[in-house]
Amino acid sequence: MIVFASCIILFLIGLYAVVTKRNLIKIAIGFALIEYAINLLFAFVGFKRGALAPIITQLDTPHNFVDPIPQALVLTAIVIALGTTALMLTIIMRIYNRYKTFDIAEIRKLRG
Amino acid sequence: MIELYLFLAFMIIAAIVATEIKDLLSAVISLGAVGFSVAIMFILIQAPDLAIVQIVIEVLTIVIFIAVISRTTHIDETIGKKLSSTHICAIVLYAFFTILFLIVMFRSLQEIPDFGNPIMKIASEYIKLGLPKTGGANIVADVILDFRALDTLGEATVLFTSVIGVVALMRKSGRKK
Repeated sequence: MIVFASCIILFLIGLYAVVTKRNLIKIAIGFALIEYAINLLFAFVGFKRGALAPIITQLDTPHNFVDPIPQALVLTAIVIALGTTALMLTIIMRIYNRYKTFDIAEIRKLRG
Repeated sequence: MIELYLFLAFMIIAAIVATEIKDLLSAVISLGAVGFSVAIMFILIQAPDLAIVQIVIEVLTIVIFIAVISRTTHIDETIGKKLSSTHICAIVLYAFFTILFLIVMFRSLQEIPDFGNPIMKIASEYIKLGLPKTGGANIVADVILDFRALDTLGEATVLFTSVIGVVALMRKSGRKK
């Protein structure tokens, strides 16, 4: 329970950065933190106490593995997170080149 | 499992530092600390595939962040400024939705199985059929490359779409002076 709760705390820290920070890089960091929190929560849900990683090494013994499906889904999500982060940072760099600031309040003022 | 709790505490402290520090380069390094502690936790919960991918992706993320910061500025000038009305409004909204979210989360955490005892209804089938049907010893690789290959195709599509977006935004030729 503590394990799931700390994932939720990490999610809330990321959400705090996204909602209340005025610096665009801080907002990107907040998105990255949210991604970590969700990936970690998924991986924790599939954990089985005393089990091994889901790789078959011996054929005759009965398999005692952790749940492989959350791991497969998170594997996909981690890679997609890199793509979205790269695109977000590129857009942030374009915004900086145009307005010479990361402050979203300033950027809103300079419009038009 | 005591090391898992230590890494969770370290992760949360590093996350708070990453959001609150003034120097953006230090914030990105703290983000790297969070990512690598996540990778170590993946090893601790018996997910070596995830740990490998997480380390590679983490390094790439930090490189991209530092490339952007080195081309722009590394001081967060917004920290310590006076709070505007929209900012206070955002904080109040955040507090409200946090309370709502925590209520929903508290209820749903009671529904999901406890840490360490997952429901493995579909997974037991995959573990049983993984080696005979696909010939792969790694069940995670069997799932992403055979049983759910269309999911991986979608992932590749998203990745290449984002690469096209980055290339289109970064190109030098064809831009108006």
